[in-house]
Amino acid sequence: MQQDKLIEELQSGNEKAFERIYELYSQSTYGIIYSIIKDTAISEEVLQDVFIKIWNNASSYNPDKGRFFTWVLNIARNASIDKIRSKDFKNKKLNLKSDNFVDILESKSNFFGTIDAIGLQKYIDLLGPTCKKLIDLLFFKGFTQKETSEELQMPLGTVKTKNRVCIDKLRAKVL
Amino acid sequence: MDINKYVSSGVLELYVYGALSETESKEVTSILKQYPEVKSEVEEIENALLKLSAAVSPQNAENLIQAIKQKLSHNPKIITMESNRSNIPMYIGWAASLLFLIGLFLMFNKNQELRSDLQALQGEKAQMESQIAEARNDADKSKELLSVIRDRNIIKVPLGGQAVAPDAYAAAYWDKTTNTTYIDVKDLPEPPRGMVYQVWSLQLEPLTPTSIGILDSYEEDENKIFALENMNPSEAFGITLEPAGGSKTPTMEQLYALGVVSS
Repeated sequence: MQQDKLIEELQSGNEKAFERIYELYSQSTYGIIYSIIKDTAISEEVLQDVFIKIWNNASSYNPDKGRFFTWVLNIARNASIDKIRSKDFKNKKLNLKSDNFVDILESKSNFFGTIDAIGLQKYIDLLGPTCKKLIDLLFFKGFTQKETSEELQMPLGTVKTKNRVCIDKLRAKVL
Repeated sequence: MDINKYVSSGVLELYVYGALSETESKEVTSILKQYPEVKSEVEEIENALLKLSAAVSPQNAENLIQAIKQKLSHNPKIITMESNRSNIPMYIGWAASLLFLIGLFLMFNKNQELRSDLQALQGEKAQMESQIAEARNDADKSKELLSVIRDRNIIKVPLGGQAVAPDAYAAAYWDKTTNTTYIDVKDLPEPPRGMVYQVWSLQLEPLTPTSIGILDSYEEDENKIFALENMNPSEAFGITLEPAGGSKTPTMEQLYALGVVSS
């Protein structure tokens, strides 16, 4: 099914379309959530909430404002950040030892998925520390270009061009 | 626009991240729609990021779909059903107002019908009233005539048919106390057009005719009895046919009836 058509179906309340959307985006969303929460059980809980939100709020997605993937990404990041700020979460005093997605990838013992994990891991090792930082902030944490520039003490334009180079390296490996 | 330069600027990556402002994102979306090569570039970026983030996920998400599906509310469907349901009162409303209008129309029609019926009846009533008045009038007239005929002071003078009309017959009832002579011309032939009967009081020695009246309302009078004023010392009564308006002296050739007062 065509992406646009699939999203229209989802917006009209088609459960089959929802299942397809789940197939396409759940694993990625799970990864985003986990990179912020770093707890499997709580991430699973948040993942469910995120997809219920996707179902309930599908009609508020406007294709003119951006990609559907980006819309899902925002919901996942916001839900995760809300979760780690909640009293409930703080009371658990979770040990947040992992700092970013690279640490998670590196600490993973049993990796699964459609991609060659070992290959990816190797490639991530090849990504310089700047790329790791840029992708972590911009993609996983949802920082703006300006916030990233301030965080990394890097000029705005450099954030954009440097990130482009990082993603190009990633694409060359995973696609 | 230099598409290659645009693509390599890094703006598309930021677009997929959601790191651009709303205005900037809208701009990228419109360029995406115009240039298929920009769209495929965005799709590749998206794909790479999907794989990267999926690799970070702690375990397979597939088994969670059933749990999520059970929690899905079917608000859109419920809304549809509700809107269907809410149509019923609307239809009932329309049907009721339609029925009301039909009822109103029927009542208006009925009202008109009754009104015209009433008018017809009122007309009939007026007609009947005038008929009754007429009948009463006739009855009064008949009573009067009857009393005249019965009155012993009245002199009855039969007027026999003459040469022009041998079968004709008339009668005069002369009430000397009121100086009135009633002329009954029931058995005279109807006067031809433009002609009238004229009644004469006659004195015989010498023969002196005096007109006592023209029966010009002959056609309208049903009884054919006319009351005429007569103050003459009549010895006989005669009826002649004269041109409309009457004549000063009787036309003897047209003498229809003649009778002599007996006493």
